[in-house]
Amino acid sequence: MSDTSVTEIELDYESKRLSVRKPEERFDVQGDMSDDERVEKAMVNFAKDFGRVAATYMEACIHCGACAHACPFYEASGDPRHTPIWKLEPFKQAYKREAGPLAFMYKTLNLKPKVTVDELKDWQELLYDTCTLCGRCTLICPMSIDIATLVGMARHGMFHAGLVPHELYTVTEKAQKEGSPLGATPSVFEDRIEWMGDEHEVEMNVNEDQADVLVLMSSIEIQKYPESMAATAKILNHMGKSWTFRTDGYEATNFGMLSGNTGWQKDMSMKVISTAEKIGAKVVILPECGHAYQAMRWQGANMYGKPLPFEVQHISEFLASAVESGDLKLKTVNKSVAFHDPCQVSRRGGATPAPRKVLEALGVELREAESGGNLNFCCGGGGGVITIHRADTLRYKIMANKFRQLDATGAEMMVTSCSNCRQNFDESGEKLNWGKDMNSLLELVAENLVEEGKR
Amino acid sequence: MTLLDFARGPAMQIAIIIFVVGIVWRLVGVWALPKKKDLSEPRQKGAWVGGLKGLFVHAWPYKPFVPKVGAQYIIGYIIHLGLFIVLIFGTPHMLFFADIVGFTWWTLPGGVITAVAVVTTLALFVALIRRLVNPVHRLISNFDDYATWFVTTAPFVTGLMTTMNMWPDYETGLAIHLLSVWLLLIYFPFGKLMHSFWFVVSRYTTGSRFARRGGMA
Repeated sequence: MSDTSVTEIELDYESKRLSVRKPEERFDVQGDMSDDERVEKAMVNFAKDFGRVAATYMEACIHCGACAHACPFYEASGDPRHTPIWKLEPFKQAYKREAGPLAFMYKTLNLKPKVTVDELKDWQELLYDTCTLCGRCTLICPMSIDIATLVGMARHGMFHAGLVPHELYTVTEKAQKEGSPLGATPSVFEDRIEWMGDEHEVEMNVNEDQADVLVLMSSIEIQKYPESMAATAKILNHMGKSWTFRTDGYEATNFGMLSGNTGWQKDMSMKVISTAEKIGAKVVILPECGHAYQAMRWQGANMYGKPLPFEVQHISEFLASAVESGDLKLKTVNKSVAFHDPCQVSRRGGATPAPRKVLEALGVELREAESGGNLNFCCGGGGGVITIHRADTLRYKIMANKFRQLDATGAEMMVTSCSNCRQNFDESGEKLNWGKDMNSLLELVAENLVEEGKR
Repeated sequence: MTLLDFARGPAMQIAIIIFVVGIVWRLVGVWALPKKKDLSEPRQKGAWVGGLKGLFVHAWPYKPFVPKVGAQYIIGYIIHLGLFIVLIFGTPHMLFFADIVGFTWWTLPGGVITAVAVVTTLALFVALIRRLVNPVHRLISNFDDYATWFVTTAPFVTGLMTTMNMWPDYETGLAIHLLSVWLLLIYFPFGKLMHSFWFVVSRYTTGSRFARRGGMA
């Protein structure tokens, strides 16, 4: 289904947000299929997800509309179509007609009409541009329906029907072909490691045959925030860990998962898993990237088909256990800090306490934002949304709400532990004249290590 | 056979059969679907505790959501509690069930039951108006939402008319009330009234899934 006119589009390195250049002509439909074939592909791939969990959720909805009020997209747009459960309408329709216990009735009497290709095309915007899979809607749902998981599933059918937004498809295909969605190929990665090693005078371990710790990076960090590599290396060297970067397994992002291609998701995860196995890694450290955590920590084993033979830690979890065990001592930072929780690490990942332990060790005054922590408002850029240019306007509106919440804390310093959130803050901040920077928790730690004997 | 005989006899039997068989069909139909085992390493043990907790935490919205949906929840509670109180503690209803189960229980005075029924009916109308007026509700509503509203509201309206002697013929009125309840039972397995069961399954599912991860749901 590759189309050269789609994949040849270059990345936009000038923008603070890393994506493909704004396409002059959009290709939001991929491959050469008839409308009937698209619908058929969508149905077949929707059906693969109609297991007990998804069915329970789709049966349980009472159409109360509460989910709208938890969604950053609905809150910013006021458009009823952005009601989370409405984003699943074709998926629900397909379930009721094809798979549910009453499917025979719905089908025979045509009570639920067949999903059409126009409907699927209309829903592309709802399933991709206006959902970051942040899962805040589950919190408000009286039935506790995990809508984000269902949106992730609905994307499977959309991908196979060739109905992925232009930019998201392009970066996903790039990731599958080149090993990185944003141009951080193995040789680029190696070059940049060397550059950062020289620049920061840090010893970099690359392609070690054996190591206890395999460190991954996201392409956003490699390309936009390469200091993350130096910071991670500095901390691991400081702790005397046996660690390495590997050019055959480094990319933490998983655009297969975000765009809805399970096969590619598996390929991307397996690269990392087999590299970790090969070098005998006991721990795989995920970088400051939200969905990477979701992909490896919670979905990795399911892609592998058995439990992972190593531990998976988000960098904030690694740092938290290091400060707790006393392996890492940090200088006091006399500042007030507001922390933006990445949805996939905190609410949906469970690592919410980790960054707080690290911030405590840094001695900062943590000022929680209204509806912070697990109840945090998403930055509006996750789930692949940030790559999609036509989603920009709404993303800025969401970010304006976000800025207001963070500013209300009166904190001097803004910190997060997701580089995708960070680039969204940086890019939107420039657009909206926020006048503040979003800082990385990892870099803050690296800058404040207590060297032995210098206490 | 009068209409009341029909309502008390064959209509009731048919309704109960459809009600029971339908519910079992729908529950088993979903439970029979495959469930993939989650192979990820749980953060903590005892996911079932989180599942049980999940049943209760979603009974009232988290604090930041209260200003947005608190009123909606209150309307919901009025409808659900009203339905329960009238059904179980209304003397004629208790006597009806007592015939089947063989024992009686304490009931509320008729005036109280009538008042509760009036309040519940009003709450049902508020919910309907909201569904028709609010843009989000109007968009996401389908036939099932309105049908469910109708079959839930009809027994209240016909019941109140029976209590207040508003029918031209009492026996026919009582029959209509009974038939409206049988309609509710017949419709029950086919629409969202099934949430009486799904709310437990769905809340438990999410509660336990997120308990093994940590985080919040």
